[in-house]
Amino acid sequence: MSFLVSLLKMLPDAAAQGLIWGILAIGVFITYKLLDFSDLTVDGSICTGGAVAALLILNGVPVALAMVAAFFAGALAGLLTAILHTRMGIPPILSGILTQLALYSINLRIMGKSMLAVSVDKFDLLVSVRNQQTSCLVALVFVAAIIAVLYWFFGTELGCAIRATGANGNMSRAQGINTDTMKLAGLVLSNGLVGLSGALYTQYLGSVTVNMGRGAIVIGLAAVIIGEVLFSKIFRNFALRLAGVVIGAIAYYVVIALVIQMGLNTDDLKLFSAAFVALALYIPHWRANYAGKALQKGEKNHA
Amino acid sequence: MLDIREINKTFNPGTINANHALKDLSLHLADGESVAVIGGNGAGKSTLLNAVAGVWSVDSGSIHLGGVDMTHLPEYKRAKYIGRVFQDPMMGTAANMQIEENLALAARRGEHRGLRLGITRAEREQFREMLRILDLGLENRLTDKAGLLSGGQRQALTLLMATLRKPRLLLLDEHTAALDPKTAAKVMEVTRTLVNQDRLTTLMITHNMRDAIEYGDRLLMMYNGHIVVDVSGEEKKHLTVEQLLNLFSQASGSDEVDDKLVLS
Repeated sequence: MSFLVSLLKMLPDAAAQGLIWGILAIGVFITYKLLDFSDLTVDGSICTGGAVAALLILNGVPVALAMVAAFFAGALAGLLTAILHTRMGIPPILSGILTQLALYSINLRIMGKSMLAVSVDKFDLLVSVRNQQTSCLVALVFVAAIIAVLYWFFGTELGCAIRATGANGNMSRAQGINTDTMKLAGLVLSNGLVGLSGALYTQYLGSVTVNMGRGAIVIGLAAVIIGEVLFSKIFRNFALRLAGVVIGAIAYYVVIALVIQMGLNTDDLKLFSAAFVALALYIPHWRANYAGKALQKGEKNHA
Repeated sequence: MLDIREINKTFNPGTINANHALKDLSLHLADGESVAVIGGNGAGKSTLLNAVAGVWSVDSGSIHLGGVDMTHLPEYKRAKYIGRVFQDPMMGTAANMQIEENLALAARRGEHRGLRLGITRAEREQFREMLRILDLGLENRLTDKAGLLSGGQRQALTLLMATLRKPRLLLLDEHTAALDPKTAAKVMEVTRTLVNQDRLTTLMITHNMRDAIEYGDRLLMMYNGHIVVDVSGEEKKHLTVEQLLNLFSQASGSDEVDDKLVLS
């Protein structure tokens, strides 16, 4: 009984974290699913967003403005990855890794040390771990607004061209789409959202550390895949697919809360995360193989 | 309309695999002319089409289309003037986008893509009507994913996409080669309908001698990076497969004829 009670107590925190990381997961969805680009920039750009927001807030800049700046800082990181890939011909994964590595130094430079604290007592932060219910609501408003804007954006000519680029580069170029520019736009938008997510997460935790983004891509991927596995049959509409990704992020944090409650050593958390995501990534593969075999059997019977 | 002057292309230059695929090739196509290109494997047919489409740039020579110097334009900019259908049915459409989304992408070929709606209601009606005319059974499947279509349907859809905005030049790269004979015939029929409708200047590669003879105003045969046979007018109308084979062995100076040419 006490197990259930303490689990219930952890739920608002898990939901708030899930919603905030859901924004990052939407960014990962844009690159991984729409652009077919495995972008590892996020491990760095989430911290960049947090660092920029923290620095500006500490210097008296209004929180809203600091978050806009965090978006653009993340976007700039995405731009760097895009340039490495499209102008310098470096493969996607390596481009992301190079940016991520460079960002480690840049983030330290921004913060001036390995950690910056922004206290909710001194500043009007939007979210805080001390007020989890309100944080959930605020994060939910952000998520809803972002999904609404993206739903509109990916229905525009530009948004369709980005989706086409990820779906079929040959066809896109044959239809006059500059696929390099579209990859760039997608990476900029994605990492902008990741930066924004970092700014929110920094406020939620009350601090940003240079290691904040370690493994962020894994959590983002986990959310995308959980969302897909859980909802791909029900959620066809684009906005609902994005919502599915955010629910995936929340589910991830609920699972984490659950295993911690069950006594998992927090040192083992990354190992658990990696195993969990490996398993989640395996499910579509397993399904495809299983479905393929079932189909073959069916055909044989038919013949 | 199309003016190709002495283009050269060598793949893997300076290596043991160096392949001089196009050799001082020149070609002029008149406005509205439809041309079939035939030749064995490695003759340079697809290389010629890719050179015109701008998949890569040529080593030397120039390519003009309707007075525009295309020689150094990137592929996506040339697409403003060129419609293309690929050999692989998978390549011409985006499988995980809807049929109408694919068409809407094609309707904006060569235009600036901004923040206007990606597809309008009026366009949907227009697409439905166009698909109805082509009689593919697709007019009521506009919101289906293109990936659900058969190979033939995808090629027909790609053809429609390539001609939706009248191109100055239509490039068909063995676009029926991956289809079964019946479907191939249907796609050729759609090709004729669309090409004749707008009097499109067309360059069509084929492995099928009969298609090459029956289709178009002019027939080119390529061999070893050169155009070795160029038949048009009355001569083309009365051409037979046998004559074509003779022409080929004369021009290439050998009896070696690609199996595929004979078989098809």
